[in-house]
Amino acid sequence: MPTSTVNHEAHENPALLHHFATAEQQKDAASLGMWLFLITEIMFFGGMFCAYLVYRYWYFGDFAAGSSSLNLTLGTVNTIVLIGSSLTVALAVRCAQVGNKKAIVVNLVLTILLGLAFLGIKAKEYKDKFDEHHIPGQSSFFLEGHIPRHPDTPVNQRHAQIYFSLYFAMTGMHALHMIIGVGLFAFLTWKAMKGTYGPGYYTPLENGGLYWHFVDIVWIYLFPLLYLIDRHP
Amino acid sequence: MPTAVLETGERETYLNREYGIKSWLLTVDHKRIALLYLMGITFFFFIGGFFALLIRLELLTPAGDLVQADTYNKLFTMHGQIMVFFFLIPAVPAVLGNFLIPIMIGAKDLAFPRINLLSWYLYIIGGLLMVYTILNGGVDTGWTFYTPLSTEFLKTNVVTAALAVFVSGFSSILTGLNFIVTIHRMRAPGMTWNRLPLFVWAHYATSIIQVLGTPVVAIAIVLVALERVLHLGIFNPALGGDPLLFQHLFWFYSHPAVYIMILPGMGIISEIVCCFSRKRIFGYKAMALALLGIAVVGFLVWAHHMFVAGISLYAAMIFSLLSYFVAVPSAIKVFNWTSTMYKGSITYQTPMLYAFGFIGLFTMGGLTGLFLACLGIDVHVTDTYFVVAHFHYIMVGGMVMAYLGGMHFWWPKISGKMYPEGWGRLAALLVFVGFNLTFFPQFILGYMGMPRRYWDYSHSPEFQILNVLSTAGATILAVGYLLPMVYFLWSMRYGKPAPDNPWNAAGLEWMIPSPPPTFNFEHEPVVTWEAYNYDEIKEEVPVAH
Amino acid sequence: MFQSMPLWPPRASTLANNVDALYIFLIVVSALMSFAIFIMVIFFAVRYRRQPGRRAEQIDGSHALEITWSIIPFCVFMVFFGWGARIYFQERKPPQDSAEIYTVAKQWMWKFEHMEGQREINELHVPVGRDVKMIMTSQDVIHSFFVPAFRIKQDVLPGRYTVAWFHPTKAGTYHLFCAEYCGTSHSGMVGSVVVMEPKDYEAWMGGGGTQPLAVTGQQLFAQLGCATCHRQDTQGRGPNLVGIYNKPVLLEDGRTVVADDNYIRESILQPAAKVVNGFKPLMPTFQGQISDEQLNALVAYVKSLSQASGQTGGKSMAAATAQPQM
Repeated sequence: MPTSTVNHEAHENPALLHHFATAEQQKDAASLGMWLFLITEIMFFGGMFCAYLVYRYWYFGDFAAGSSSLNLTLGTVNTIVLIGSSLTVALAVRCAQVGNKKAIVVNLVLTILLGLAFLGIKAKEYKDKFDEHHIPGQSSFFLEGHIPRHPDTPVNQRHAQIYFSLYFAMTGMHALHMIIGVGLFAFLTWKAMKGTYGPGYYTPLENGGLYWHFVDIVWIYLFPLLYLIDRHP
Repeated sequence: MPTAVLETGERETYLNREYGIKSWLLTVDHKRIALLYLMGITFFFFIGGFFALLIRLELLTPAGDLVQADTYNKLFTMHGQIMVFFFLIPAVPAVLGNFLIPIMIGAKDLAFPRINLLSWYLYIIGGLLMVYTILNGGVDTGWTFYTPLSTEFLKTNVVTAALAVFVSGFSSILTGLNFIVTIHRMRAPGMTWNRLPLFVWAHYATSIIQVLGTPVVAIAIVLVALERVLHLGIFNPALGGDPLLFQHLFWFYSHPAVYIMILPGMGIISEIVCCFSRKRIFGYKAMALALLGIAVVGFLVWAHHMFVAGISLYAAMIFSLLSYFVAVPSAIKVFNWTSTMYKGSITYQTPMLYAFGFIGLFTMGGLTGLFLACLGIDVHVTDTYFVVAHFHYIMVGGMVMAYLGGMHFWWPKISGKMYPEGWGRLAALLVFVGFNLTFFPQFILGYMGMPRRYWDYSHSPEFQILNVLSTAGATILAVGYLLPMVYFLWSMRYGKPAPDNPWNAAGLEWMIPSPPPTFNFEHEPVVTWEAYNYDEIKEEVPVAH
Repeated sequence: MFQSMPLWPPRASTLANNVDALYIFLIVVSALMSFAIFIMVIFFAVRYRRQPGRRAEQIDGSHALEITWSIIPFCVFMVFFGWGARIYFQERKPPQDSAEIYTVAKQWMWKFEHMEGQREINELHVPVGRDVKMIMTSQDVIHSFFVPAFRIKQDVLPGRYTVAWFHPTKAGTYHLFCAEYCGTSHSGMVGSVVVMEPKDYEAWMGGGGTQPLAVTGQQLFAQLGCATCHRQDTQGRGPNLVGIYNKPVLLEDGRTVVADDNYIRESILQPAAKVVNGFKPLMPTFQGQISDEQLNALVAYVKSLSQASGQTGGKSMAAATAQPQM
């Protein structure tokens, strides 16, 4: 059969894996792979968003009551923290592109720290929920108060539990993805410290960045949907 | 073309390159991973099949006298879970797809070989969780896990079964992701989309479904597990939840899942029919588009599993209409395979016998799907043996026959040995006869009103005669399945060595030695011919080996 | 041989004849389509088997054929869809004057309650020739009410009512099956539907000495204190319930809903879910305090408050056969 006479770059580029013909093919494959993976993540979270949509429509008042029991300050801080961490990720990639190897490490470490800050604040919020008896499925669950702007209507505890079930499921799944992200970035930091990434090769940084941005975007949807239901100044 | 040679003087193949268990468990070679999967799915096929045999034995008599009710409920649940998640969904993609796709497109491996190995490990972990579930007392939710039964009322291993399915789902997602990137980015020069074998197109369509659909059932299963462990109320009406929400999330994946199961089989049939008719496929573009069409429209019909579940009248009408849309591309494929045979030069080797069987049985299964899509009839036959017969016609009469056809067709390439043709034909015949005897009576049983998942039908002894026929068929079917196990293993030691191209078939996989060398091609091929170039291949299929 | 091996259940309802006709039509068309394929495959396999000196003829395809064999099956499928949808449409819409029977399904039995008060377990008596509407709920998991002889099936859900209706045409005893897997004794959750000639049915009804369901509901209504707020004038703290069944209701949040069976049921169990316009959410919930049977009785009573004004609702078997009042 006819064969190609392409001169493989295998020996020049140590990052090139054996089954790829060129570095460009490898990079394209890796990017496409990461985008596809993110699409699966959209579908994964999508199921929960679907459940959220249905129950919010049915139990709007109780959802609003649950939402107003969340700590808006901590939520806002977390949003800023996460957006900040996406900035440091983007900067890390940029540093690689221009060859500033030291700054890559700095930005990656900052990203991890911001990610850990997010998780820490989240843990505090979860603890608050525990203290306030807002954990669904527990017999001690009780959301006091009434539906916002309906002083006569007490909160329906069963419906409020559904709100909190979705709150914990969605933020919990998000937090799990953050933890994985932090681990991933720890690995990338280690590699960056060894000088692996530079203008010729920064695909893992870029794809890791894509993952991190995705997790950030999920939060940007979660924050208004969970924290800002029917909030009024 | 020079071939690599080992120190022993043998030609290097992916089988003899390295020996030892570590070289297998840490391999990144797509061909070895395919064989690792083969072992897993064969193991699960026989476990699932054994459960089926017990079910059929129980149903020989109206009374529940072989096993207890709870045991029976576990048997049909685990038969379903094992067959769907640990056999049907991975079988063709993970064994034949893994082995052949890189070769068929002229590549050295899949895009992500290490993720391929990870996929296998996830499959095994999921499988171990399933085995644990079985050994720890089983699970009896039905493979469909309907709530609130599964979340509130059963005391069995629901969470471990759910985890088993969840983990194996990720195996499926990663395989799909790997195939999509491979097909997009790893094709050899000259291998354009229009020259791809339909086997590759079929896996591309399948992978789209795997990637988009599986995550939804994954989250549904996670929510069921959380609900069960933490007593949440997302699907529990007693706590304000909705059991129908679970059904929607479940079927949103599980309907496209049936296309994950059948599309690869359709790809196999195209390869076999072309080879044994010595003709290119009739309507290549239509066939490729049909595959994509089935994948896309397949996402729009899920609630046809819920016509009597309590959905609105108008929703039911819409889903019924859409279900008829998805039938059209499947019909087109059957017509095209038949037309491919027209004016061909046909021989009847074992793979072709399986292809004949597939065309007939898939047609019947597909037509009975039209009965189920028909609202007026579905109300009567849903949740009866009619549905059981319908899906077994597609899954077993269609998919398993395609799988066996493919295994026979590519066995020489995979193992380097020929299987015994006479035994192959006998097994194909037994499978065909056994299958029809097992499942055709079930259509009648279903219309007569026998509900599915019934351990005991002593209130309706009129169902017995058809059940007896069905069980008789099952025993024949079992023999038909055991035979290939035996003679494939036999052939690995005693079979005739296979030439590079025992069938004189078209396709890149037949241009490399049997078994292939580890890196598939000595040099990257440049493709200048169309798919199924049987006009250029002068030889016919050799008569005997 | 075929006498003892029937191919379908007895036809005992108006629906059964329609469904069987459609079924036979589908069988005929499917048989034709499959035989056409089988015969072509076998014919081609034999006619074009390999012969020395003859080579296969390469044919790329044919747009005309592809279009033809897409459009024709599609048209046939649309006939299947249309006919089936028509039957389903009728099946999902119980006639106005149907007699109602409340059903509570639980693991693993069927509990029926006639409007006249008769209670049955696993055996349901109905008369020939009248429309019967089953109003069903489950106490635990999802079950499904399946009577093959009537060709009907409807899942029975916890937490809400689902409805099935039929019109028996032939006296006899027919299988009742649970058709949604519900646990250990799913296959034991079977019973019979006994269709009786009208006069036999009257005789069976008369022998009960039971209290009509709506009267039981009225007693509960008083006992539980409902009458305190739901007065039949405009002074009550709760809306007047006379004449509300199946009428639109304006809610306090601006939505308008129809006061059907599920609305009445929900209003008892979760009163704050849909508060009527102009009223405060004062009503306590009765979730967990009354059984499904008591709930059915209350719903039947509320519906009976709409009968006096000539509206339908909560019809007993006797009322269903009476001539229309107008």
